[in-house]
Amino acid sequence: MTNLLTLIVVLPLAGFLLNGLLGNRLGNRFVSVVGCGLPILSFILTVQGFLLLQAAGGVPIVETAFTWALIGGYSFEISFYFDRLSAVMGLIVTGVGSLIHLYSMGYMKGDGSYARYFSYLNLFLFFMLMLVLGRSLLVLFVGWEGVGLASYLLIGFWFQDIDKAVAGKKAFITNRIGDAGFLLGMFVLYSAIGTLEMDEVNAAFSGDALPLVSASLVGILLFIGATGKSAQIPLHVWLPDAMAGPTPVSALIHAATMVTAGVYMVARLSGLYLQAPEASEVIAVIGVLTAFFAASIAVVQTDIKKVLAYSTISQLGFMFLAAGVGAYGVAVFHLYTHAFFKACLFLGAGSVIHALGGEQDIRKMGGLARRIPVTFVTFAVATAAIAGLPPLAGFFSKDEILWFALASDFGGSMWLFGLAALTALMTAFYMFRLLWLTFFGASRMDAHTESHVHESPLSMTGVLVVLAVLSAIGGFLALPHFLEPVLPLPGTHEEMHFLHTWLLAGSTVIALAGLAGAAWFYSGDASRAARVRERFQSLHRLLDGKYFVDEAYENFIGKPLVWLSDRVFLRTGDRVLIDGSLHGLTDLARRGAGLLGRVQTGSLHQYAWLVLAGIVVILAWSWRHV
Amino acid sequence: MSEASMLNAVLFLPALGILLLLATPKQREDWMRGLSLGVMLAQLALAAWLYLQFDGSLPGLQFETRLPWIEAWGVHYHVGLDGLNILLVLLTAFLGPLVVAGAFSAIDKDVKLFYAMLFFIQFAMIGTFLAQDLFLFYVFWETMLIPMFLLIGIWGGERRIYATLKFVLYTAFGSILMLAAVIYMVYSLYTTTGITSFAFADLYGSRLPVDVQTLLLAAFALSFAIKVPIVPFHTWLPDAHVEAPTAGSVILAGVLLKMGTYGFIKLGFPMFPDATLVLTPLIMVLAVVSIIYGACLALVQDDIKKIIAYSSISHLGYVMLGLVSYDLLAVQGAIMQMVSHGLISGGLFLMVGMIYERCHSRDLAAYGGLAKLLPVYSVFLMILALASVGLPTTSGFTGEFLVLIGAFNAAWPLHGVGVSWPLWLVCLAVVGVVLGALYMLRLVQHMLFGEVKAPHQPITDLGLREKLILGAIVVAVFAMGLFPNSFLQKTEVAARDYQQWVLPQSADEDEP
Repeated sequence: MTNLLTLIVVLPLAGFLLNGLLGNRLGNRFVSVVGCGLPILSFILTVQGFLLLQAAGGVPIVETAFTWALIGGYSFEISFYFDRLSAVMGLIVTGVGSLIHLYSMGYMKGDGSYARYFSYLNLFLFFMLMLVLGRSLLVLFVGWEGVGLASYLLIGFWFQDIDKAVAGKKAFITNRIGDAGFLLGMFVLYSAIGTLEMDEVNAAFSGDALPLVSASLVGILLFIGATGKSAQIPLHVWLPDAMAGPTPVSALIHAATMVTAGVYMVARLSGLYLQAPEASEVIAVIGVLTAFFAASIAVVQTDIKKVLAYSTISQLGFMFLAAGVGAYGVAVFHLYTHAFFKACLFLGAGSVIHALGGEQDIRKMGGLARRIPVTFVTFAVATAAIAGLPPLAGFFSKDEILWFALASDFGGSMWLFGLAALTALMTAFYMFRLLWLTFFGASRMDAHTESHVHESPLSMTGVLVVLAVLSAIGGFLALPHFLEPVLPLPGTHEEMHFLHTWLLAGSTVIALAGLAGAAWFYSGDASRAARVRERFQSLHRLLDGKYFVDEAYENFIGKPLVWLSDRVFLRTGDRVLIDGSLHGLTDLARRGAGLLGRVQTGSLHQYAWLVLAGIVVILAWSWRHV
Repeated sequence: MSEASMLNAVLFLPALGILLLLATPKQREDWMRGLSLGVMLAQLALAAWLYLQFDGSLPGLQFETRLPWIEAWGVHYHVGLDGLNILLVLLTAFLGPLVVAGAFSAIDKDVKLFYAMLFFIQFAMIGTFLAQDLFLFYVFWETMLIPMFLLIGIWGGERRIYATLKFVLYTAFGSILMLAAVIYMVYSLYTTTGITSFAFADLYGSRLPVDVQTLLLAAFALSFAIKVPIVPFHTWLPDAHVEAPTAGSVILAGVLLKMGTYGFIKLGFPMFPDATLVLTPLIMVLAVVSIIYGACLALVQDDIKKIIAYSSISHLGYVMLGLVSYDLLAVQGAIMQMVSHGLISGGLFLMVGMIYERCHSRDLAAYGGLAKLLPVYSVFLMILALASVGLPTTSGFTGEFLVLIGAFNAAWPLHGVGVSWPLWLVCLAVVGVVLGALYMLRLVQHMLFGEVKAPHQPITDLGLREKLILGAIVVAVFAMGLFPNSFLQKTEVAARDYQQWVLPQSADEDEP
């Protein structure tokens, strides 16, 4: 098949158009079949592509759909590139994507905008596939902005709640800021090496004659885009608000796939980043700081989805840490395991919210383990996986990240490792805290909610079980090894090798310590936690206020911009300076005409005097100049 | 009919339209409407045919007509299509029927005069684009003022007299200077070569001393800059837009502003290449200032029309930036951006008109939650707003992306030799991309989302006529966003020629 890749990308687009244009008329059954069927078909085709790729021994499949623009001999092609990396990403996107589509059938049942929901979700999948399969940065960017659009539409899905619409807008704008950096990165690449095809960019930077441009400059500019899309400091602020969207959307877009686009982009351009040690250092530092910073906020959050949102930001930080120390394959490995357990956690949270009729505050939960057992078990498995308990998926990927943060000869260091390990401890703590407050202890629900608690339908729990199983066993797939032909792993410092086995034990201890800590603090009436909160009030306020980054942006960027636009540009510039001088000119003309008009009196006597005066002036002037 | 006469037919069909309107009985307003639509559609069909027949690989004019007009002065009736005007002619012909159909419900005062004025404007605009003789160009350029003056002055809003006077005084001021420059040009051509000619081809590549050229270009440029408009010559635009009837706003934003940018690329820059290079830094700075300044002002407006009006200033800043980058990508992008802006802002103004007809308010704060109340309207508004933001797959992206990448590509080597300011300017222009999202999403959010709020209820969603109008625009927006190549192939040779006139050495440097 010569247009397999195009078909994979276009199928969800067809779903978007069908459901968008006809969905409301043809009913929910049609919507479900089209909305879920086409993504599943995409998944099957991706599997087929994967088998073809394997049969061909890993030689990338390249497919050109059409020429977007041909100017002055340079051709902007819309073409797709399928190697091991994009195959893995494609499988995650279509696989997890299909599962979440299925889950949505149950979750969104009865929503008045069922067709609109599925069409947006399919639109997202279309752009996301464009992003991961695109061969050139231009195609990637089309997908990159497109998923941002889908995210915007889905965050504000219940648009009558203005807060949700505002959250969507915030996501779009924050991403746009990153995209401006991304665009500049593309421009530098085009100007300096004359191509946007990513395989050619990698090749240009891995040859003997390096291009005459700083790889780190390009790397950092593109990474600015990644900080927006993947919610890293300083552009992380949109992701927690994005939880306003329907929960399956949070699972798919704001946990498993879209937000990992930045990590994918860095891995995709690993050839470039390997030549960019400064940019890589920036990535590693931003990654580990974001991981730590977000985890510290997650510790005090009380909204079940907000905890997971900060957890996602933190886990993305881990992935960037891995990419920053050159372990791109490991970053993708964690991306892959994270897709399973975080999707499972979000969907589990959705199941909880569904069961409680919309309640999201974990202070009003508790004791749900027996009431919704399937949700509980799957949630617990995923929690253990993200906390890094062996032999679950998160254990393997996180362990590898810690190892390379310590030992990589491409920027690994003790303090990166130390901070990452501390963050891993906090991760285990806040996740078990979440598990504890939601499912254990006495119920804190009101009677009405309590009486309505019910387990979710099979379409939802079935998906939870599949994801929980994948979270449990997914780590046994040696993904970094599989990706090594595309993404070679960095060398490690010889003298540290003896630590490798110790690290395995160490990560297990970290996870268990987090578990024990949460159990100790939150068991019984959680009075220990309350006492600690009393003790460290200002710290709690700082964390609870999310370090007041939003407020800082509002005061130092938002308000000054409006002030500049309104006071300086509009009132001073347009009204006073420009229109003021124009009105001044017309006034002057009018008054001047009025003055001169007075001379026209009709009195001959006066005219004669004026003539005389004129002659005198002319004579005086000539006298001087003769 | 010969092919050249088809082009004349496109130009003179509106004149025929006026005559037919005169013959229509006074009380048959429906006839007038149908007739106007029919003539506009016929014009569009002819223009589309010409577009398809146009061979983009050939340099120079096609479908040319050249007849002596005032022989003593060497003035010719000389019209033709080339890569620079073909898309603008197509755009003008495309918007014509939409404007007419859009006014069916909006205008019931002096219907005959109204459509006659639309034809008049259409005639003058297409004439301006097609003219290949400076005298003819000037006549069309000035003629256009009259119907526009009447359109705002008769069918406009409350402060229409102020707005229309401001518009006319601004433009007339520019035109006087241009006229002086035209006379000087032709006279100096006569004294140096003995030829009396107004033909563009004879006037291109002036060999006058640089300081004289600079003065002349400044005179032309001022006139064009007012039309575009480039900051600080822009304050007529928001007032004119706010007071103009929908049809006026659509024509203003859709086509009229492009006469300014077209003036630069077709006349100003190629006529005075040396002066152009002298003025390039100034124009580039003003272009970027326009991008940022226009966007900032759009951000703090409460009148929906003003938001779109100021956004035009910002978007045309990209066109100017592209034109003075002299990079092939950027010039091609600028041409795309002209057409794209015509479609998008034309569509947005039509949409403002549609909601105004229903609710009689342009106050952003008066609306909310329209997505619930008017789902179809909201989908169209969303698409056009996102196109205006420059989202990939829409025409807005094609224009902005090509302009920015081209401008960057031109500035990059300069940076390498120590001249960094163009690069910083381009970086600043990229910031405009963020600001664009800010003001447009603010508009969308206030109108479509939140609790349902409208000054006049109940209101009905779009009818078939309105859906067709907006559908046509949306299709065009996506066509240019997804498949710009077919359009670019029509303009590439002309863009290259333009580049040649201004920067003769740049021909071999396109390849990155």
